[in-house]
Amino acid sequence: MSKKCVERLQAHFADQILSTHDAAGDETVVLKRDKLLDVLKFLRDEADLAFNLPVDLTVVDWYRIREPRFEVVYHLYSYRTKQRIRLKVPVDEDDARVPSSYSIWPGFDWYEREAYDLYGVVFDGHPNLKRILMWEGFEGHPLRKDYPINKRQPITTLLGEKS
Amino acid sequence: MGLESNLTGTFVGSRLSDALNWARKYSLFQYPFVTACCGMEFMSTACSHYDISRFGAEIPRFSPRQADLLFVVGTVSHKLAPVLRKVYEQMCDPKWVVAFGACASSGGFYDNYCTVQGIDTIIPVDVYIPGCPPRPEQVLDALMMLQEKIQREPLEKQA
Ligand code: SF4
Repeated sequence: MSKKCVERLQAHFADQILSTHDAAGDETVVLKRDKLLDVLKFLRDEADLAFNLPVDLTVVDWYRIREPRFEVVYHLYSYRTKQRIRLKVPVDEDDARVPSSYSIWPGFDWYEREAYDLYGVVFDGHPNLKRILMWEGFEGHPLRKDYPINKRQPITTLLGEKS
Repeated sequence: MGLESNLTGTFVGSRLSDALNWARKYSLFQYPFVTACCGMEFMSTACSHYDISRFGAEIPRFSPRQADLLFVVGTVSHKLAPVLRKVYEQMCDPKWVVAFGACASSGGFYDNYCTVQGIDTIIPVDVYIPGCPPRPEQVLDALMMLQEKIQREPLEKQA
């Protein structure tokens, strides 16, 4: 159903699209990072696309399975055209950063903070990129597949007591 | 308490502890520290069907200053640990703690980066209730075990 959106993107940003595929009618577009914000703005502002609901933003860690290691995933929905689209942006481990989509959908604010907190992907231009679920002083990013499953980081300064 | 300092004979002291412990075990004011799914079982234990008030633990108090039994009901994350510790320290002596459910007792199946592996790593615990979640009967059983424990406590312990 959102085939048309993919075609619109292909017409406008042919050089930015790495591949496309669909599963049961849900379209996915794999994008380069360079002009990501232009693509997102296009998806939001074109009258026949009008993706005005940021549904989800997450990261996939393909540790030792695929290169580049991370994939930032955006899910969008349009109330006007009732369409959905999924975007994926692969990023390298050494350069795990994408531009922040906060300026386009402020609703992605906490999603980006969560993705940063748990996967360590940096969202450039985010106004307040701090940890959101883990506590201050937590080391590492626990949903990365190389984070030891049994590693604990208890808060040792309970009520000011040191241990 | 300081009561026993007015009394000299050990004979009188031991009888006084019986009376005091009897009063304490049947007037437990609980503070339900409810964080997760086990809370539903706590509510059903506390409500009329199972009626925890039959056992002298009638009134939940939502201020730690007014409570003497801390029910830790549910999963405690490392981020929450300082809060739990603070609640415990705010309670007046004598005080007791029940770890309600697998999560509070041992971390349950949350063997992961964010969950405290048993609240006894943060505060002392008197009774552990297994189960995910425990049935209300188990909770009442634990309450009676705690009451037996309170009855056996020496007077000096809480003085
Ligand atoms: S023990 Fe089971 S029911 Fe209780 S809080 Fe943990 S997961 Fe929930």
